[in-house]
Amino acid sequence: MGAIKDLFSSLFLKELLKGMSITGRYLFARKITVFYPEEKTPQSFRFRGLHALRRYPNGEERCISCKLCEAVCPAMAITIESGEREDGSRRTSRYDIDLTKCIFCGFCEEACPVDAIVETRIVEYHGEERGDLHYTKQMLLANGDRYEAQIAADRVMDAKYR
Amino acid sequence: MEFKTLVFYFLSAILLFAALRVITARNPVHAALFLILSFFSAGCIWALLRAEFLAIAIVLIYVGAVMVLFLFVVMMLNINVDRLREGFWRYLPLGALVGILMVLEMAFILGGDYFSKLQPHAPQMAAGYSNAKAVGRLIYTDFVYPFELASVVLLVAIVAAIAIAYRGPKKTKYTPPGKQLRVHADDRLRVLKMQAEKDE
Amino acid sequence: MNALLQALQGFFGADLWTLIWTVVKIFIILIPLLLAVAYLTLAERKIIGWMQVRIGPNRVGWWGILQPIIDGVKLVLKEVVIPSGASKGLFLIAPMLAFAPALAAWAVIPFTDTLVLANIDASLLYIMAITSMGVYGIAIAGWSSNSKYAFLGSLRSVAQIISYELAMGFALMAVVMVSNSLNLVDIVNAQNKGLFAGAGLTFLSWNWLPLLPMFVVYLVSGVAETNRAPFDMAEGESELVAGFHVEYSGMAFAVFFLAEYANMILISALVSLLFLGGWLSPVGFLPDGILWLFAKMSCILLFFLWIRATFPRYRYDQVMRLGWKVFIPVCLIWITVVGVWMISPLSIWK
Repeated sequence: MGAIKDLFSSLFLKELLKGMSITGRYLFARKITVFYPEEKTPQSFRFRGLHALRRYPNGEERCISCKLCEAVCPAMAITIESGEREDGSRRTSRYDIDLTKCIFCGFCEEACPVDAIVETRIVEYHGEERGDLHYTKQMLLANGDRYEAQIAADRVMDAKYR
Repeated sequence: MEFKTLVFYFLSAILLFAALRVITARNPVHAALFLILSFFSAGCIWALLRAEFLAIAIVLIYVGAVMVLFLFVVMMLNINVDRLREGFWRYLPLGALVGILMVLEMAFILGGDYFSKLQPHAPQMAAGYSNAKAVGRLIYTDFVYPFELASVVLLVAIVAAIAIAYRGPKKTKYTPPGKQLRVHADDRLRVLKMQAEKDE
Repeated sequence: MNALLQALQGFFGADLWTLIWTVVKIFIILIPLLLAVAYLTLAERKIIGWMQVRIGPNRVGWWGILQPIIDGVKLVLKEVVIPSGASKGLFLIAPMLAFAPALAAWAVIPFTDTLVLANIDASLLYIMAITSMGVYGIAIAGWSSNSKYAFLGSLRSVAQIISYELAMGFALMAVVMVSNSLNLVDIVNAQNKGLFAGAGLTFLSWNWLPLLPMFVVYLVSGVAETNRAPFDMAEGESELVAGFHVEYSGMAFAVFFLAEYANMILISALVSLLFLGGWLSPVGFLPDGILWLFAKMSCILLFFLWIRATFPRYRYDQVMRLGWKVFIPVCLIWITVVGVWMISPLSIWK
């Protein structure tokens, strides 16, 4: 009996028709496309986008040039050179992130002991020349200054899960 | 001069040029392509002579099937043209002799009364006349035995080709599709229902 | 001016006006055909998009209606890159060889029983002969590109097309047998008689029902013949990048693309004419007409897009197996059955 049933279901292409009925039903289903520039999907506060270097409220930069982020970076996108500032504190003299190498894994953010390097929610940035996506310390600090309110709010949201 | 004559000369010129290029082209793939072109223009000339069934048959069989396989083989072989050309002058006398003989034979068969009766136009046929029907009637009545014989010869050729290409039973692993079709998920897979465990 | 006309008349005879009128008719057929090809690409993107719960192109023009035109403009403006070591002449001829047969076959396609460019006697044979020429475009494209992916893709594709052409030919033979003609107009008219046609249910006396296995074989072979998914072995993005047209860019690529879609429309027209009664209306009380033919063609094209959205790609050896070990035996058996049926007293084709 089962054999006959098999024979008929393969002869009449039952499984193919089943597949076609599914796609046929979806032809009339409600479309879920997001019209990107006009509509945007909600972002998590943990979203990992463009990098930024933060400062303390008094304007002092947080980064202490411990180089943990450079060590942990799996794509080796971070380059740090450290030196002594005039006041004798240990600071970076160079902090570069090559965004063309970066895989946005967020390890640098995790590794940082002082919450200096963070990833913001910004995704809409671009470079028109090859060097444009090579972010230097000044550019990263500028990012941090610009988006500080958002960054701080996101850290507060995330704090209870840490 | 009539328009049809012009078309005829145009097609004949293409045919002659292509046929010449078949034997002079250095690249074997180009030669095969020129052969296809000459078949096609021969078919066109036949169509001009109202032998439309034959014209379509040569395009369908020679151009559409046989030459594709030819082209296949020629493309995949890495033919060294210079080595093929090595003995050209040595074999030229023999080749020329065979060629001249063939031309003479054709002249004997076709010559004489054919050329005296050469007509500029194809014969005018009645409106309902069907080329394919006439050919079919001839093949299946007057020439049925030669026709069947030819098909048997072709069948033998097919069997022979398979016998040459056959290299014993398959050694690779292979799942017969019939067997695959008869397999059900239930034969291979057991779905277990389990109570979700709480980790408290 | 008059003298020139006179000279031309003397040269062409009375054929001159026939010639001009024929050229005009060719344009009347080809221009809508090319528009249909362009909008079939849009229809494909829209319908497959809908089946994937997307909406498809909707930015260019209202509802994406100008998308095919802007695509064409883009491709025309792009550079045609000729690979180093390619056989230049053949490289450029190949797309034309692929496209020309798809257009030339329309010369004998009837739209109604009087509306046909060339009502030749053996029109079905003509179509088979012309479409079999399309293989050369693919074979030459693969060889002349001087690229291994293109070459492998073209070998696959050519082998597949030749194999399925056999099955298609056999399916057509059954149609020719029951309609007793090689002429497409006669084949369609032959479907308009029989028991069901007399009762007003013409659609049951069309060839698809008595020749159901042939209908299925022809439809599936048509998909394989045009190298469409799920038989798009020639493309096989994951293993062959894009198959035979991997080295083509710009307009040369666009011509291959057009050829594929023109072939799809041709196959849909043939299926409608041979198995679905062409311009005949499905029921007795509605008039026959060209709109029925277009409606049937649209349904077949929708089917083509539908299976592309549904099925994954076949494995190559399975494609060849289906062609040689399933379709050809089925066709041979059914031709014998039809032959016996025709000479038996139960014949419905008297």
